[in-house]
Amino acid sequence: MIERSYEKYFRQNHLPHLWCPGCGNGIAMKAIVQAIEKKPGFTQDNTVIVSGIGCSSRASGYMNFDTLHTAHGRAIPFATGIKLARPDLNVIVITGDGDCTAIGGNHFIHGCRRNVDLTVVLFNNNIYGMTGGQASPTTPVGKKATTAPYGSVDRTFDACKLAQAAGATYVARSTAYHVPHLVNMIAGGLDNKGFSFIEALVQCPTAYGRKNRMGSPANMMMWMRDNAVMKAAWDKLPDEKKTGEKFPIGLFYSQSDIDYDTAYDEVIERAGGAKK
Amino acid sequence: MSKARLMQGNEACAEGAIAAGVRFFAGYPITPSTEVAETMARLLPKVGGKFVQMEDEIASMGAILGASLAGAKSMDATSGPGFSLKQELIGYAALAEIPCVLVDVQRVGPSTGQPTAPSQGDVMQVRWGTHGDHPMIALSPWSVRETYDMTIEAVNLSERFRTPVILLMDEVVGHLRENVELPDPSEIEIYPRRQPKKTRAEGYEPFEPDEDLVPNVADFGKGYRIHVTGLVHDDTGFPVGSPKVTADSIRRLHEKIARAEDEIVKTESYFLDDADYAVVAFGGTARTAYEAVLEARKKGLKVGMLRLKTIWPFADKAVAALAKQVKGILVAELNYGQIVQEVTRAAAGACPVEFCGKYNMQAFEPDEIESQIAALCGEAVK
Repeated sequence: MIERSYEKYFRQNHLPHLWCPGCGNGIAMKAIVQAIEKKPGFTQDNTVIVSGIGCSSRASGYMNFDTLHTAHGRAIPFATGIKLARPDLNVIVITGDGDCTAIGGNHFIHGCRRNVDLTVVLFNNNIYGMTGGQASPTTPVGKKATTAPYGSVDRTFDACKLAQAAGATYVARSTAYHVPHLVNMIAGGLDNKGFSFIEALVQCPTAYGRKNRMGSPANMMMWMRDNAVMKAAWDKLPDEKKTGEKFPIGLFYSQSDIDYDTAYDEVIERAGGAKK
Repeated sequence: MSKARLMQGNEACAEGAIAAGVRFFAGYPITPSTEVAETMARLLPKVGGKFVQMEDEIASMGAILGASLAGAKSMDATSGPGFSLKQELIGYAALAEIPCVLVDVQRVGPSTGQPTAPSQGDVMQVRWGTHGDHPMIALSPWSVRETYDMTIEAVNLSERFRTPVILLMDEVVGHLRENVELPDPSEIEIYPRRQPKKTRAEGYEPFEPDEDLVPNVADFGKGYRIHVTGLVHDDTGFPVGSPKVTADSIRRLHEKIARAEDEIVKTESYFLDDADYAVVAFGGTARTAYEAVLEARKKGLKVGMLRLKTIWPFADKAVAALAKQVKGILVAELNYGQIVQEVTRAAAGACPVEFCGKYNMQAFEPDEIESQIAALCGEAVK
């Protein structure tokens, strides 16, 4: 009999999940607990999972920790409050492309700037899945969505570049195809004391894949395999070869800097206050 | 030696919050509430608490809800435009039963309106601003010292009922400076954070209501592994698509407040014992109305005043009793007519209810209220 691993990290009585067959969210969710498993400092009782609204954000309900399913776009502010009130807790945010880069965009960039010690994992499926397939800020130009029936004309966000420019101290990307790599990228984020951002590209066969004739879930994952380029190789690619749908994955940025809470401890000291 | 200090309403609010045990404040600058945030930024680190200036009004509301769930008593302060932006998360706090205090120092609206001018135009937004059916507790102080006391009361009520409580101030009281003598900390009653009474092994469910219908939700990081959501949920905290659970949840949210209404709702009466007519007022306007009543009394008019200290739940019983006692009620408020609708409803035709409103960015002059008192009493002021 095959041993089912990581079972303890999930609320068995709330499974099966509501995600569609072939959805990549479950892979990304499991990658998070695989990363947690590698970190002795992270337990089910000292780690809080915070999510927004959308397909990705339903993950919090399945995970056996203290979990918080917030309002659309607002996961990072809630997580900020938790971390500042209880710095001893590890706080992980699960969000989606609409949640994080559209309605929550302001919170996202300011979370990066503030460098609160959070690990934010963006499940990027390039579409609003929960509401039935509308275009998001990461829907590529020309791709179809229910609100872009003739192809999207909106230019896209590169969430990793956005995070780095806004001040995140750890920025990485991986995909639901590259599972061990994704786990490592998340684990690196957990190690960073500061705002860590990991974009996990996930397939949405029901809304995005179907609209854009990408075939089965397996085909969508093969698309990830064929188009994702490890950062080291990507950096050596001449610009003329960075074409089509190719995109880089890997650790893009890591620069340790003082996190908000540590900085605030100095404020408390300057004010002459005792640490609670 | 007197311990009196010259203090502003907004400062008293911040000091009251610290005394009540608030240890986390998130805010965004907005006139005329900014001094609350500024004072918290100065005082919180002195007591080991934390202040964070967030990127916008929505974020500051989100941050205090997160901090409260992690066990810190939390507060945010704003004015009309910011209050509008926070409405979604006020509803979240009501449904997910997260204790928090939100201060609204009212200014003239709608929209950007008149930023530094007094108004009491948020009375109905406080009650109905967020979508869906929900209860609401809102208190409105009329002095600097009362701002201090009511902030403590607001924090205590939010903790006791696990619900958002609004401290509904106005620019008059927020920017008013008075000599106040603050109580000794030993005299201040603090309602502590509710704690689970059972372990998971004993069948603890985070949203199971206690005898007072309020759940003892565990703080994060206590090992209970709870789930909190803005979706309608059952006692376990997890969402369910059941009509019965939905109806029961909405009903319980209201009932937990309704059944304690007599304890929550507070009014204060002035010269009402022998009064034939009454003024109903609250907040900064009640100060002016009080002067007007004093003047009218000097002229022989038998008029008194009922001051609403609690705005929501509305003081139905006090107003109904007043309407049966007097021959007419005058409602004075700095808006186009909001609380007057509630007074009219509660009076239920027992006596006429007249409205004395003002919305020109100026506070009332006592004369303006006094002349309407005289008109109500059927006598011209000599």
